[in-house]
Amino acid sequence: MSSITYLEAIREAQAHALRDDPRVFIYGQDVGAFGGAFKATKNLAKEFPGRVLDSPISEDAMVGLAVGAAIEGMRPIIEMQFADFSTVGFNQIVNQASTLFWRTKVSCPITVRLPFGGTSGSGPFHSQCLEAIYAHYPGLVVLTPATVEDAYSMLLSAVAINDPVIFCEHKLLYYHLKAEKLPSEALPIGKARIAREGRDLTVVTYSAMVHEALVAATELATEGWEIEIVDLRSVKPLDTDTIVASVARTGRLLCVGEAWPWGGVTAEVIARVTSEGYGLLDAPPQRLNAKDTPVPYHPNLWAAHRPTAHSIAAAARNLLRQ
Amino acid sequence: MLQSATHPHAKSPIGAAPDLPLAAYRFMLRARLLDDKFAALYRAGKIHGGVFLGRGQEALSAAIGVSIQETDVFAPLIRDAAGRLAFGETIVDAVRTYLGSALGPMRGRDGNVHRGRPQAGYLPMISHLGAMVSVVNGVLFARRMKGSSGMVGVACLGEGATSTGSFHEALNQAAVEKLPLVLVVANNQYAYSTPNDRQFACADLSAKAAGYGIEAHPVVGNDLSACLEVVGRAVGRARAGHGPQLIVASLLRLCGHGEHDDAGYIVPELKNSPLGRDCLKLAEKFLLAKHFTNTAQIAAWRGEAIREIEDAVAQVQREPTPDPFTEDWSALATEHLVEGYE
Repeated sequence: MSSITYLEAIREAQAHALRDDPRVFIYGQDVGAFGGAFKATKNLAKEFPGRVLDSPISEDAMVGLAVGAAIEGMRPIIEMQFADFSTVGFNQIVNQASTLFWRTKVSCPITVRLPFGGTSGSGPFHSQCLEAIYAHYPGLVVLTPATVEDAYSMLLSAVAINDPVIFCEHKLLYYHLKAEKLPSEALPIGKARIAREGRDLTVVTYSAMVHEALVAATELATEGWEIEIVDLRSVKPLDTDTIVASVARTGRLLCVGEAWPWGGVTAEVIARVTSEGYGLLDAPPQRLNAKDTPVPYHPNLWAAHRPTAHSIAAAARNLLRQ
Repeated sequence: MLQSATHPHAKSPIGAAPDLPLAAYRFMLRARLLDDKFAALYRAGKIHGGVFLGRGQEALSAAIGVSIQETDVFAPLIRDAAGRLAFGETIVDAVRTYLGSALGPMRGRDGNVHRGRPQAGYLPMISHLGAMVSVVNGVLFARRMKGSSGMVGVACLGEGATSTGSFHEALNQAAVEKLPLVLVVANNQYAYSTPNDRQFACADLSAKAAGYGIEAHPVVGNDLSACLEVVGRAVGRARAGHGPQLIVASLLRLCGHGEHDDAGYIVPELKNSPLGRDCLKLAEKFLLAKHFTNTAQIAAWRGEAIREIEDAVAQVQREPTPDPFTEDWSALATEHLVEGYE
């Protein structure tokens, strides 16, 4: 039986969008004939002539061009070669794209794809998780799919949304994560998913960390603990209702993120649960993030820098003992 | 978008036909008088935030506005009141934005020079210099994808913006894509207070064009007929498919960066140099010498413009201001994705 990877799902979603909507085009470094650094646009330039275009190494101008095209009614997809490089285009994303609708009533339907997150040997400048800084800005939607099905359906939604979308696709999931087929229906954007049901503790997480948490939950199940895992899918908007409902069932909350610890998605989740669901908590909510240093190169250091199934299980045990 | 002026495509030298310089002059005059009114309102404490004038840059700005058409794209900067009016902005829109009227194009959400109507090809600047150039590229790029041709996009900058990465990225991008971009750099000698010799080291900013593989057009920026001729030529070249054009105008800002700034840093040598001459007076002299108009006509235009400005201010001052209780506090177009933080 054939299967499809997370990366192939992203390619298929783009092919679908290009096929269905003449307003869609893709612009980014090496996305044309070469098919992208990760091959997320493989063969698309050939299949859709003039609509999948190489850009110069100019992240600022790439996003600026997308905003201008959006004003003209197009729906551009911008591929950042790595999320890390989107900081060069940061100004256009957070000051131009994100303010346009609010200032002028003209919507800005651009999708900025960020291949993000750590992989072994990638080091400080090809590993970053930037979802929190984009989520901080008003006017942006920030998506973090954890499954092949979500990578596909959420990218289609991203292109259809009338607002700038930061689409965080995890590089570690590109080749390893597989599904039997592409989905025909999906949860709406803004709804979280219960990735595993449990009664003892809620782990709220997203993207690649969902899979680490699932492994941890399997390990803890052998010890008699039933862990519930909430996959956020979208970090902005954040589905507070699903999170609080889960905490109501378990009484314990552990938030896990691959991003750096200061502020961010895990802190936001805890802030919301403590203010909206304080009485539901049987123990102080906890968070687990990467260490507060740049992402290291060597696999030994990298494995210790980010949360893993092992460290998630350890943090969960500590919380379960409280 | 020209309202009161015709839009001739002068085949003959600019000085030979009166229509275009007269149209440009009237926009210069209206812009100067509108700026004077904003300065007065600022001193009277009637304006929230800053006031930024185009005094000394009207000839260049008006020349841009009358050289492009309604179907073109225009991203003016802070000293382009004349070009904005020539491109079709109404005095009421300008006043509403400065006074924060809820009825203006920016509805009190943004103010002063941050105004535009993007769907009409009139792009509202953000404060980050150079950032609008690639947005103009994007509009042109999309129109070309949709099969349009024959349009141009004009982006205005000061010489300070040539030091930004955005300027470089966008100009290179336009050159790679061979877009009909006309980039106008008004070198008014100071970026806020920073003089040219602390801003760049090349002898002439127009020399930068060669590095991007595009065409350059230096011009004396306080000479209306020179501006009309050079801007007209550059716009024509871009429209005819010759790719991006870089105009570099030399002039002097005859005011502070904003009305809060007394511009004490501008050295007397520059004020007394030919660059320091007021383009509005020079244009008037030129038009009278050519017998294109007469002093009575100019006085009548002045009176008309003042009445229109005073009426606009009186009208806007009676208009509703934004109401925080009825304001839609959402930054997304997609309502169901808006998060409530109440």
